[in-house]
Amino acid sequence: MKQIVFISGKGGTGKSTLVSSLSLLVQNKMLADCDVEAPNLHILLQGEILKKRDFFGAKEAVIDSSACIKCGLCRKTCRFDAISEEFEIKPMKCEGCGACTLVCPQNAIKLEEVKTGETYVSNTSRGTFSHAFLDIGAEGSGRLVTEVRKNVNAYKKDEEWLLIDGSPGIGCVVIASITGTDAVVVVSEPTKSGQSDLERVLGVAKHFGVPAFVCINKYNLNLKVTSEIEEYCENNGYPVIGKIPFEPSIVKALQEFKTPIEAGNKVITNEIKNLWARLVDEVENLKKA
Amino acid sequence: MKVGILSGKGGTGKTTVSASLAAVVPSCQYIDCDVEEPNGAIFLKPELKEKSPVKVLVPEIDMTKCNFCGLCAKACQFNAIAVVKDKVLVFPEICHHCGACKIACPNDAILEVERTIGVVEANEDGTFLQGKLDVGEPISIPIINELKKHIKEDRFVILDCPPGASCAVVNSIEGCDYCVLIAEPTPFGLHDIKIAVQLVKNMGIPFGVVLNKASNDNRSIHHFCQSEGIEILMAIPFSKEIAEGYSKGILPVEINDLWNEKFKKLYEKIEGGAHK
Repeated sequence: MKQIVFISGKGGTGKSTLVSSLSLLVQNKMLADCDVEAPNLHILLQGEILKKRDFFGAKEAVIDSSACIKCGLCRKTCRFDAISEEFEIKPMKCEGCGACTLVCPQNAIKLEEVKTGETYVSNTSRGTFSHAFLDIGAEGSGRLVTEVRKNVNAYKKDEEWLLIDGSPGIGCVVIASITGTDAVVVVSEPTKSGQSDLERVLGVAKHFGVPAFVCINKYNLNLKVTSEIEEYCENNGYPVIGKIPFEPSIVKALQEFKTPIEAGNKVITNEIKNLWARLVDEVENLKKA
Repeated sequence: MKVGILSGKGGTGKTTVSASLAAVVPSCQYIDCDVEEPNGAIFLKPELKEKSPVKVLVPEIDMTKCNFCGLCAKACQFNAIAVVKDKVLVFPEICHHCGACKIACPNDAILEVERTIGVVEANEDGTFLQGKLDVGEPISIPIINELKKHIKEDRFVILDCPPGASCAVVNSIEGCDYCVLIAEPTPFGLHDIKIAVQLVKNMGIPFGVVLNKASNDNRSIHHFCQSEGIEILMAIPFSKEIAEGYSKGILPVEINDLWNEKFKKLYEKIEGGAHK
């Protein structure tokens, strides 16, 4: 199975819209949503839930107050200011590192597993779909992403493709989403912010050795920045595999939970079909090289 | 007073609102906490004079003292150390800088050395600050914490937050007197604003919503806010003029005076909201 992950650096450039559009065009694939903090793909991909599990992706220190002698060693050791003057753990602050458990002379502190989210695998009309919700404000989003990808492996049959909807940013969630995939598609937009964020996220793909391709969404919003992005990609060896125009009708269709494909927008449907054909070629070429 | 600007979903207009406020509120402080993808500088164009690296402590093994007992690897909750036969492998990128390995080592064979993971940059008078995570680094929290050490408590402080709803956002808005949640009226936007609302409620921070890219076709955010008793502080309509300005790095307040007035009103509402 070839794994393609769609990321963007900047948020709101159209990752989920593109992935859900492709979910209608690409045959023989699985789907995953690795944007576990603000997942959106499930809104368009309703299906029958095959598996739902609580995910325990972090640990938290627990102090047994009956054994605690308030010596203060734990507070002195904790680098995250997670222990109050009353020797209570501040859950939002505790990193789950266990340093306090190692110094407590009374063995009064234990690490306990904490639920950080839920994972789902669903059977949808567009393929088996793995996704998750991070508990609000929780730690360990990278681990939850890894779990989503493990679920893909557990449920895959002989699908040829895996389409992964990624998250914005360049940190742990993005790194957990792209490591070991076959290709990254960066969905960009022609704005000064989009341009700056694109360059940083391409740096992450390069750092982890994942081949990267670029799609410029809403390219006609600013043709000058679009050509600057094209020039940057050309000079740095990132093929631009698609340019999708902005049309108000896309926004309108999304309001009704419809992708541009379902809304019957021919120009955009063709653009996305061409993007996919180009990507398939590029991935084939990578294999040969 | 400290105000956090967040949204759940990315690309809803956090930086547009944050930077517009920074442009109209006299002698305020703007801090870009979206250290993975900071964009405030594109709009506010500060002259960045101060640059200081953000360093964390990671373990280094003194091989003359190590006897490969493996207690360090056992203590590490993040799999950042592995001991195999006569080798100790340290993975500094995934280290959480807690020092547990050093405590666990019975042979005093672990030193801690500084490692740079990003940078904090500021203008001359410290009224503009941004953090930047180095490309390839996973952990952003130490940079956010470093930024927050530079908060000027006597000013109106704007914290432009990262997208999502994880620990990075929690760290950014912790200690804020008020939060502004930016929502856009799409099914995705509605889904994600509910997450952001739950987060600020859990943290007990007063908040209001700014509706961005508002249209008459979709009133879902209005309905949601009405049913939850949440104040909509301001609505910014979808406008080609604003979108084009944004693409060039130009704020709505620079386009015309009307927006200048509107953002000043937003500032007054935020001041009022925090003191309720």
